[in-house]
Amino acid sequence: MGVTLAERIIARAAGRDRVRPGEFVTCAVDLAMIHDSGGPRRVAPILDRLEAGVWDSDRVVLISDHFVPAVDAQSAEILALTRRWAADNRIGHFHDMQGICHVVLPERGHLRPGMFAVGGDSHSPTGGAFGCFMFGVGATDMAAVLVTGKTWVRVPETIRIHIEGALPDGVSAKDVNLHLCARLGLGGAGYRAVEYTGSTVRALDMDERMTLANMSAELGAMAGLVEADETTAAWIEAAGGDPGDWRRWRSDPDAQFARTHAIDAAGLTPQVAAPHSPANAGPVADAAGEAVDQAYIGACTGAKLADLHMAARILRRRRVAPGTRLLVAPASTRITAAAAADGTLAALTAAGAILLPSGCGACAGYGAGILAEGETCIASTSRNFQGRMGAAASRVWLASPLTVAASAVAGRIADPRDFLAEGGT
Amino acid sequence: MSGKAWVFGDDLNTDAMAPGLYMKAPLEELARHCLESVDPDFAANVREGDVLVAGDNLGVGSSREQAVQALKALGIRALVARSLAGIFHRNALNFGLVAVACPQAGRIRPGDRIEVDARAGRVVNRTRGEEYACDALPPFLLEMIEDGGLVAHLEKTLRRGAKRESST
Repeated sequence: MGVTLAERIIARAAGRDRVRPGEFVTCAVDLAMIHDSGGPRRVAPILDRLEAGVWDSDRVVLISDHFVPAVDAQSAEILALTRRWAADNRIGHFHDMQGICHVVLPERGHLRPGMFAVGGDSHSPTGGAFGCFMFGVGATDMAAVLVTGKTWVRVPETIRIHIEGALPDGVSAKDVNLHLCARLGLGGAGYRAVEYTGSTVRALDMDERMTLANMSAELGAMAGLVEADETTAAWIEAAGGDPGDWRRWRSDPDAQFARTHAIDAAGLTPQVAAPHSPANAGPVADAAGEAVDQAYIGACTGAKLADLHMAARILRRRRVAPGTRLLVAPASTRITAAAAADGTLAALTAAGAILLPSGCGACAGYGAGILAEGETCIASTSRNFQGRMGAAASRVWLASPLTVAASAVAGRIADPRDFLAEGGT
Repeated sequence: MSGKAWVFGDDLNTDAMAPGLYMKAPLEELARHCLESVDPDFAANVREGDVLVAGDNLGVGSSREQAVQALKALGIRALVARSLAGIFHRNALNFGLVAVACPQAGRIRPGDRIEVDARAGRVVNRTRGEEYACDALPPFLLEMIEDGGLVAHLEKTLRRGAKRESST
């Protein structure tokens, strides 16, 4: 009986020939990623109490993204503390205000297929897009990793999501995610690993694969993996990283999956998730006409270059509807630069979009763009829990960047395919 | 020792336990807003030793362990749910909270006196005279909880390691 990609990586990190689902094993951590919210301000007191330093400063990547840019004395102090800790602990890989951790991490070449990586953030499964076993932990777990270089896991079973065929125009990875949230339920993966396979996945670019892996978190998966291929290796090399022996990191043909969900890509339609759960997803037609006060393109889930390209495709030569505001927070500074260079930002701003700094921002109620009581927002983010994006009585719909952009133009939730059919470029 | 049950439904999320708007604030202030979007009376009325009972997927969402800390600061001492979200479950154990998955958690009613035996894999409902099976925790996690959580446990084991090194 073969092993899954997740089991193969965990076995290697545990120094074992193979591991079986359900076993508790201790693994050596290849890479630990932390950010300004759950990072230094939370782990430093623990390290002090343990009178211990960082086990290997070269394996730690620190990224400030939650409280950036500082908006008050408290956030400024958190960022100052973050910078002091990075200097004191000689953290070489410190990316300060360069974008959202899950996007900056691969962008700066830190990820390599086959890695066993932990992140101090729940969307850490995003790293699985690069064939890594990457999962999120809280600050205390992270402090233990920083001190010992190790952590325990209960080896998860793997659920396979097998997607075949071509996605119709107007349908993107985000729609697959929302469809899966409705189908499996919020947390439906039960802390198993999820592996995405099939011709549809192979055809996705890395940005879209990151979206797919990212919302494994909403499925309640421990990790979300995509086996590395030529696309992955080329992307990592272009980012200045080393893809290593990426061909080795795959599931065996006779690997045992807990179950397989087959998806016919051609049958998918644009999806929206109604307040207050990603699992409230359904065809956009069911929500069409719902008026929106704010449209938000941001977050690790929905503001990568491919996401901005989707938005621009709808917004070029169109205008955001009066009475609706469109806020765009590119996921990283490099994405901002690329989108400026290729004309995407100009298309967005000409349509009336307001640009915000790169960071976690309004998605989690941290930064600019939060909602008032009674307001409705459609967002390319990953979570629409009650009150997460601002006031408790605000309402957030989740959708792809295409659908968010279309809704911004219409002033109400709209099907992006109507705009693509009209001949947008 | 039993505690009073506070019963919630499925998918009780960490944004509700530790709202983003108060994430910069001190823990005491954050805790006052714990679960206010779900039950505005919860934070003011929880007492030391109470037990939080929920349906499926307790603690879904962010990895912020302030969610656990807020509950703990309010006095919650054990978590019983039909199922728990993975990161939240780890965080709870790391803070020394007994947290168990119990398929029959739905039988517990608000105010029931609940006792959790994580070693035996048993939840006892004193009010109704019922017992429910729950997932037992493995010995190394029970030891960590008994030590007071992951940091206290590490403190103990690192000191033991240091002593061993200095004696050789």
